[in-house]
Amino acid sequence: MSIAIQLQSVTKKFKDFTAVDQLSFIVNTGEIYGFLGPNGSGKSTSLRMMMGLIKPSDGNIFLFENALATHRSSIMRRVGCIIEKPDFYNYLSAKENIKLFVRANQLNYTAKDYDALFDLVGLRGREADKVKTYSHGMKQRLGLAQTLLHNPDLIILDEPNTGLDPQGIIDLRYLLLKLNQEQGKTILFSSHILSEVQEICNSMIVINKGKAVAQGKVADLLSLEKLHVVIEVNDEEKMKRILRESQYATFFEKNVGNEFWMNMSKSQIAPFVQLLIENNLEVCRVDYKNQLEAYFLKITQS
Amino acid sequence: MKEFGAILYNELIKTIRRPRSFIGFGVITFICLMLQGAFYHDGKEILSFVTGQLDNIFTVEGKVLNGNLICFVVLQTLIVQMPLLVALVTGDLVSGETASGTIRFLLTRPASRTKIVLAKWIAGLFYTLLLLILLGIFALFVSRAIFGTGDMMALNSEGLTIIRGDDINWRWGGAFLIAFLALGVVSSLANMLSCIMDNSITPIVTVMAIIIVFTIIGMFDLPSFDVIKPYLFTTHMISWRSLFEDPVPIHDIVFSCVVLLVHIIVFVSISIFYFNRKDISA
Repeated sequence: MSIAIQLQSVTKKFKDFTAVDQLSFIVNTGEIYGFLGPNGSGKSTSLRMMMGLIKPSDGNIFLFENALATHRSSIMRRVGCIIEKPDFYNYLSAKENIKLFVRANQLNYTAKDYDALFDLVGLRGREADKVKTYSHGMKQRLGLAQTLLHNPDLIILDEPNTGLDPQGIIDLRYLLLKLNQEQGKTILFSSHILSEVQEICNSMIVINKGKAVAQGKVADLLSLEKLHVVIEVNDEEKMKRILRESQYATFFEKNVGNEFWMNMSKSQIAPFVQLLIENNLEVCRVDYKNQLEAYFLKITQS
Repeated sequence: MKEFGAILYNELIKTIRRPRSFIGFGVITFICLMLQGAFYHDGKEILSFVTGQLDNIFTVEGKVLNGNLICFVVLQTLIVQMPLLVALVTGDLVSGETASGTIRFLLTRPASRTKIVLAKWIAGLFYTLLLLILLGIFALFVSRAIFGTGDMMALNSEGLTIIRGDDINWRWGGAFLIAFLALGVVSSLANMLSCIMDNSITPIVTVMAIIIVFTIIGMFDLPSFDVIKPYLFTTHMISWRSLFEDPVPIHDIVFSCVVLLVHIIVFVSISIFYFNRKDISA
């Protein structure tokens, strides 16, 4: 498997302030890689360095195994990105904006190609409107069109679902999964909607104060994590008795009537529910807080 | 080269389509029409006030109030406004994109930063040229169509010079060429400041501040100022007027052109140098 992105001890200092500190990670081709961090963690600075907008104070950045510092032009032909938020020339229409990018990428687009692109991002029929009339969500979609128009191998998206409506978020999720699974695109995905990251990313890195605090396969990182599981049953006393008599007593946190709060890993939920059913207890509800959310808060607040 | 052509074409489209570009076109059209209207109604009285003092010495014959004289007056009048109109657009070419965020898209494409700055600089020059062409059309050709043509009385520092009507077209050509060079310096300066600063207003204000300070230095006959005066671009911005002297001071004009060209080269070089090292954190 080849490497799409590699950062080697990348540091960025703004005068006395260190925004990114010795950051290293690898994104393999074909991965959907989550890039997480709280506000001010150095996420945007890192993404800007990967796109050549900011020069690192120290360290090396490689994209497709070529140094960004020396192969920027050829690398950028294979990369599509939205950094921070999609901004366009408001006095031009959406199609005129896209035409500028098509020309900048030296592509030959036919009318059909434009139609297909606007169809893909759900803006067909609005392409002749001036961008100043667009909502933030529509600009996000247009940003996505700009990102994809040159069929890049690597897609870098910084908060792409900000401003999107629920349908837009779902559409984006399926589009990214389709691009990854059917066309083998590598995607670096930064978002504050952690359920989305957990849903689509294979691997991830969490940075805080400019440093990597966790990185690896999403499943591996979350497998040991305990969840706050809420289980609602029809008989409080029977539930307490089952708990006392089973190994699950150690996971018990508290109960409010028939609602029991447990601290357990995801893999332990199914056997526990099975045990309750076997003991003729009616399980009315099983609910748990997003696992990545809990993990993210734990490692960024520690 | 093909890539640079594509970027340049994009920059020209953006420059021409921006709403603020039309302010310059509108202002020039309005000032020209306003002055032409004023001269049409009151021109004879204005002129008799100027030539009245000469009537005792010379006999002035023919149509003195003609298109050539109107154009000369318009050009003198717009000497202050033109740099402002040029800076209004060219001072925003890079900083405007930095402020609005579109610079991120521009710089994440394959083209190098040097090519982008050069394309923006050429787009700025193109806009300057369009302004001058519009000025030429209104100030010279429309004035000639309204007031006719003929010999021109040019009042300059050397005194009054009469330029024959059949000897004037090449002078106008040269005058507009030098004016383009002078405004090219303003455009290059504005573009340079636009590369350095991150908002739209500061480069425009700074250009005007520089022009005002340099012009004031040029106005005072002080020995300490006299040393630097020949090297200030503002000193040479009005050298187009030398083409309406007799004989034409060719050496002075060539020197002015060289000084203006050197300024352009220096400003463009600084723009490229700075922009290539700039972190885009906006």
